[in-house]
Amino acid sequence: MANITYIESNGQSTTINLNDGWSLMQGATANGIDGIVGECGGSCACATCHCYVDEARLGDLPAPSAGELDMLENVASERKPNSRLACQIKATAALEGLIIRLPETQE
Amino acid sequence: MSTPLQADDTVVVIGAGQAGVQTAEALRTLGFTGAITLLGDESHAPYHRPPLSKAWMAGEMDAAQLVMRSPEVLARKNITLRTDCTVRAIDRAAKTVALADGSSLPYSGLVLATGSTPRRLSLPGADAKGVLALRSRDDASAISAQMAVCVEKGLGVVVIGGGFIGLEVAATARKKGLTVTVLEAAPRLLGRVLAPVLSDWYAALHRSHGVHLVLDAKVAALDVDAAGSVSGVRMADGSVVPAGLVVVGIGVAANDQLAVAAGLSCERGIVVDACGRTNDAAIVAAGDCTARRVADGSLLRLESVQNATEQGKSAAAALMGQDRPFTATPWFWSDQYDKKLQMAGLSMGADAWAVRGDMAGELATASFTVFHFQGSRLLAADSVNASKDHLTVRKLLDAGVSPTPQQATDAAFDLASLIAK
Repeated sequence: MANITYIESNGQSTTINLNDGWSLMQGATANGIDGIVGECGGSCACATCHCYVDEARLGDLPAPSAGELDMLENVASERKPNSRLACQIKATAALEGLIIRLPETQE
Repeated sequence: MSTPLQADDTVVVIGAGQAGVQTAEALRTLGFTGAITLLGDESHAPYHRPPLSKAWMAGEMDAAQLVMRSPEVLARKNITLRTDCTVRAIDRAAKTVALADGSSLPYSGLVLATGSTPRRLSLPGADAKGVLALRSRDDASAISAQMAVCVEKGLGVVVIGGGFIGLEVAATARKKGLTVTVLEAAPRLLGRVLAPVLSDWYAALHRSHGVHLVLDAKVAALDVDAAGSVSGVRMADGSVVPAGLVVVGIGVAANDQLAVAAGLSCERGIVVDACGRTNDAAIVAAGDCTARRVADGSLLRLESVQNATEQGKSAAAALMGQDRPFTATPWFWSDQYDKKLQMAGLSMGADAWAVRGDMAGELATASFTVFHFQGSRLLAADSVNASKDHLTVRKLLDAGVSPTPQQATDAAFDLASLIAK
């Protein structure tokens, strides 16, 4: 389990307690955080769950797969070094307290 | 609707899948403040369909993870969700929809997002227990439960139809260690969408994973035991493939019955223009249930997440009096084993193909793209574990730019350079 804080582009902050195995995308859509779309249901196929991970915590996350890196090239908002797809990040205790910021647009 | 929706108008959305939810939410994004009622005929709140044939069927997800929008989340957007709600008829003159419980709902704008229904086998035994199709969450759960029975009793699984749904289910069944036979009536898999060379590659992929694949398969009947359960698939030559589960994946038909009964223009689906409008100005349609009139006058039926979301946005805009045509390059994907197929464009009419990347080598490390050309024009491309190619092709097609077949084949050539700047 991990508490994840989502900060939307308008500054709205929401903290959600995610069970292990839940993706950060699933946590966002199930709780109505609009800054994450997740059109493809978490298949790493649409790049509409783009998020910016707190840089200090990047090392706590498993590295992105080749497929995720490719899809990150198609995000609608600026891609930054801390850009990730929320559907590819699964909650574990190691992510406790993680803050992710959501871009202005996903489409 | 000759005039766009007004603040106190009422919108009814029939269908709470991807297209229905998208249209309802897009109306809010566009500033519509009136009532929106979302009618779903299933008992579940809107959920993601893509995982049904994969992670959900494999038992790797719980129900909460499948949720697309909970009723609470919809309520926050002032969208009223009604589940287990079946619509009986649309009265276009009175602008009401009649519900199965005898009540009716008035509308100023109506959205048809009724989806599609799997085609049924018209063969003896097709109604037997254990003969299942996949569309809904409950369908996927039923297939998963019967797979568990097959594991326990050592029974095989037969998939009739080598399309995307059938092949994804076959891959999931193999993951569970089941004996799997795929019966495809055509001489190759995914014949309507893939280049022949890729059909052959997918056949090899499934065989390498232990699937017994039969092409040109002639199914005569389903054998049924004394308890009414399917026991096998009888072929035209009299042989029988034993099975405790038969999954039928032979395509879908658009759910246009309500629209037909209401006198809307329908032809293999509810006919809409690029903006999601039907021939009734107060009614729009989106998703699997539609047949879209495209530039050359023909009708295009697409069954995909992208089609549902794009048409949903267009349909919402149309009700608000805005033109938002769906002109983006169609794209689609399918996950089988550890291979992600991503398709961009529509390949109908292709007469030449070019391959980029490693298609002939080891299946385990394959990463390649098959380009479809008509003359010198790029129509489409299918990428396997090559998302970067896929995304570049989408941009090329959006821009109307074609690489030459030589450029397409040359892995050292930067395709993106054709549209850079």
